[in-house]
Amino acid sequence: MTNSVPTPSISQQRVAASLKRRYAAEMRFRAYGIAAIAVGLMFVAFLFTSIISKGYSSFEQTFIALDVDYAADTIDPEGKRDHDTLANADYQAVIKASLRTQFPDVEGRASLRHLYGMISNSAEQVLRDRVLANPKLIGTHATVWLLADDHVDTFFKGQIDRKLSEADRPISDEEIAWVDALKAQKRAELRFNPAFFTSGDSREPEQAGVAGALAGSALTLLITLLLSFPIGVAAAIYLEEFAPRNVWTDIIEVNINNLAAVPSIVFGLLGLAMFIQFFGLPRSSPMVGGLVLSLMTLPTIIIAGRASLKAVPPSIREAAFGMGASRMQMVAHHVLPLALPGMLTGTIIGMARALGESAPLLMIGMVAFIVDVPHGLSDPSTVLPVQIYLWARSPERAFVERTSGAIMVLLGFLLVMNAVAVILRNRFERRW
Amino acid sequence: MSIEKHLHSVSMARSVSFNEADHSPPGDPVDTKTVGQVTVASPVISARHVNVHYGDKHAIKDVSIDVAKNSVIAFIGPSGCGKSTFLRCLNRMNDTIANAKVTGSITLDGADIYDRSQDIVQLRARVGMVFQKPNPFPKSIFENVAYGPKIHGLAGSRADLDDIVHSSLQKAGLWDEVKDRLDNPGTGLSGGQQQRLCIARAIAVDPEVILMDEPCSALDPIATAKVEDLIDELRENYAIVIVTHSMQQAARVSQRTAYFHLGDLIEVGPTEQIFTNPGHKLTEDYITGRFG
Repeated sequence: MTNSVPTPSISQQRVAASLKRRYAAEMRFRAYGIAAIAVGLMFVAFLFTSIISKGYSSFEQTFIALDVDYAADTIDPEGKRDHDTLANADYQAVIKASLRTQFPDVEGRASLRHLYGMISNSAEQVLRDRVLANPKLIGTHATVWLLADDHVDTFFKGQIDRKLSEADRPISDEEIAWVDALKAQKRAELRFNPAFFTSGDSREPEQAGVAGALAGSALTLLITLLLSFPIGVAAAIYLEEFAPRNVWTDIIEVNINNLAAVPSIVFGLLGLAMFIQFFGLPRSSPMVGGLVLSLMTLPTIIIAGRASLKAVPPSIREAAFGMGASRMQMVAHHVLPLALPGMLTGTIIGMARALGESAPLLMIGMVAFIVDVPHGLSDPSTVLPVQIYLWARSPERAFVERTSGAIMVLLGFLLVMNAVAVILRNRFERRW
Repeated sequence: MSIEKHLHSVSMARSVSFNEADHSPPGDPVDTKTVGQVTVASPVISARHVNVHYGDKHAIKDVSIDVAKNSVIAFIGPSGCGKSTFLRCLNRMNDTIANAKVTGSITLDGADIYDRSQDIVQLRARVGMVFQKPNPFPKSIFENVAYGPKIHGLAGSRADLDDIVHSSLQKAGLWDEVKDRLDNPGTGLSGGQQQRLCIARAIAVDPEVILMDEPCSALDPIATAKVEDLIDELRENYAIVIVTHSMQQAARVSQRTAYFHLGDLIEVGPTEQIFTNPGHKLTEDYITGRFG
């Protein structure tokens, strides 16, 4: 055998010749795939870097330490100490006095107005709450950290170039001098800003928070989930397992597929006409928002549900029927457990889309400026994407970071929602 | 059980519908009238003039046959001859196929199973089925066997259920192999074990008839031998209808054999007679391997 090397036949030579080409094609395809993923990751990285670098500062605000004199003759000159007096007292005056004590050299109406404008007008609320909680404070001195106004905050965070001429920046030279002085005395610093997560929208950027939009989104999505998941799953099961195959079910199927492709703003118009104008449900409410988003999400869930029911092997159905299971038992005991992971995937996709939806909600009035955090399904509210839109078009420089901050909250919401769904899905996942 | 042993052990009952003197079968290849012994003394299932249409396709043509108690009847024939279709008529599994239409009468203990008053759930509890490909539920071994008794409410207590599962697995010859892992998934067993699990599942509801649609076609020879032995044992308590592609298997396990050809029931009779002295030309051609 050693001296008789067998010559490969013609076909073997051809196979050998084609191998190189085939492997090259495979390598090329792999390279395309890796390149596509790399580009995708690059964009994701870019997006996240951009949003986080702009948005992280919204979680911090500039606070200024003031030596507050809870002067009795300003707050409660008559010494009654009752609730009404304390609640209606002029805390603005207390703050102004404190500021004047801090900067005794400031004179002139314009300069004083600038000085008073350094502190957010939410500060008087802070003092009022403290005094109401503890009236014994009256007549004492205390150092209180108060929220700075947004233009001070923006400057403090380095988002305003101090080299610009005074006319081109929203903060004046004397204010810059005061901020520098406060900073030098360690009386101004960046602190975590819980109000961003606990308060609703505000015209004052330093007081604006996402709590209202977050609660609105949560309530709206709760309604959407509670309506669209059971209805969608039930519709998918009925159409796939129970309904006869005839012209009517064909028409229904075509219509469901078409509904999935209808632009979402059309659902908003439908919701406006039907839920608000015809049924008279409260506008701007999470209830109507949830109904509209349910209409939008249902086709997605039904289509995904039917696909996952179709994917259950027919042998399982036959086995169940062969055992004498009724159709309902066959579905509930065998088919549904196997199809549920797929249905949950469809629901995740639908809900994620609903969470990011703003257009249909504009139609039903959820774009209104709403300060209060909604506590019920009929309270007026807005949702995160609409809040982002509202802030993005606001002129104040300080709303830029809020916009990115709200986007981070929205992405976080999405992540939490998907994580829960994935955990649920894995729990239901079975192999056969 | 070997075919020889089988052929000698069973009495040579002869059919009445063909001429014994004529050595070569008289059946005309185009004459598809059933020859042989359609009826039995104590039938559990009697099918008369059954026709099945799938849309335009005439899948079963005027088939009449009896299934005897405590015996195994094998349906043989080339692929697409309608034997599985006919089998599935016996517990109305064809109901799930949208455009299938069954006419004629099939009676179980004298009652028409296609009658309006026949409950399909009850029918399937009385006529169990084992499929070609082992199809255990994606649940534990215990749950697989317990499913039927549970949905039909056969077990009064947990102890009853345990007993039913135990005895069913024992009857199916699977108990010793799985008794320590009843909580493991049924899908984790080997192919042969899965098929015996499906048989255990079918007998757990205590049916009268068990239909088996090529139960060994996905199994290796050793697993096949075990299932065949099992079928022979089950004959003591159940009537069994088995569809098979293997003529050897038909010869090994069945007492009666029916030969189907293109939707017609060509011949039915005692197994040894079908294999040694077929009454129809088509049967002879098939069992001698001239086509199939």
